[in-house]
Amino acid sequence: MNAQAISQPRIVEVRQNILKRNDELARELRQRFKDAGVFVVSLVSSPGSGKTAFLEKTLTLLKHRGGRPAALVGDLATDNDATRLARSQAPVRQITTGTLCHLEAAMVEKALEDWNLEELDFLFIENVGNLVCPSSYDLGENRRLVLLSVTEGEDKPLKYPTIFNSSDVAVVTKVDLAEAVEFDWNAAHANIQAVRPGMPVLRVSAKTGQGMDAWLASLAPTGS
Amino acid sequence: MHELSIALGILEITEEEVERRGGVHVEGIHLRLGQLSGVVKEALLSAWEVASEQTEFETSRLVIEDVPIAVFCSTCQAERPVQSIQLLCCVECGTPATEVVRGRELLVSALELAE
Repeated sequence: MNAQAISQPRIVEVRQNILKRNDELARELRQRFKDAGVFVVSLVSSPGSGKTAFLEKTLTLLKHRGGRPAALVGDLATDNDATRLARSQAPVRQITTGTLCHLEAAMVEKALEDWNLEELDFLFIENVGNLVCPSSYDLGENRRLVLLSVTEGEDKPLKYPTIFNSSDVAVVTKVDLAEAVEFDWNAAHANIQAVRPGMPVLRVSAKTGQGMDAWLASLAPTGS
Repeated sequence: MHELSIALGILEITEEEVERRGGVHVEGIHLRLGQLSGVVKEALLSAWEVASEQTEFETSRLVIEDVPIAVFCSTCQAERPVQSIQLLCCVECGTPATEVVRGRELLVSALELAE
């Protein structure tokens, strides 16, 4: 075989997915989540778009309504976000990524090591604040949310089309500030629909609670 | 900058192939990079230099084929290119496209081997 390979034409087909290891692991995780009856939602956005506030509100409301949510939170260096989320009384675990700009399936798997998934209805995975790197990595989630705050401007989807395209739902946050910053809803909506036609768009304010009911209602029942 | 992780993935796949075939030198590594893969070509080329340094693939070059986005257009009932990555509409009829059929590729497609 070796002699043949050497003497043969130079190009050999490989066709291997570069992220195959991550993708395989993500598939395994997705199956585990399904078996345990946990609905998994990941959140991506730029830093400062209100992921943690939105998540804290979500966890608190779900707990209040008798749900069993938990969260994993990716952060480059601090555990500030995990501390904030823990106020909701839901189980929260920090994934410190160091210099890595995104979460990978292996980190999620490791963070879940001693958790009993059967005891959960919902798992939220807050990715590192970054609108570029997380887009390529499947984490085994059922739904990926991309957050866009009204203070960031309406053109974020056009600047980061890949992350919007790889997400399932767009969540516009801090809508209580929309008027103050003269947020152009029509432009924002058009930009989201241009890069990801048909994408559902939610409008929320973690501060006032506006839109939170609609968001929680949109979470599919887990069947557990 | 996740291109270093991607470069390490390429290194791993190439190592496996070389191990499987034995006694070959890799002159080139052919990649297929979709426009929606989330990977920037220039950043990947720089990352590859770092990742391959002091390995047997230090001199192997990356040959990158860009894969433009293609969608299935529900109006044309056919595969079509889109206006742009910022406007995912059929280039022929303008129908917004929900089904991406190409453009997410992130593959090692082939290796160029020498004795």
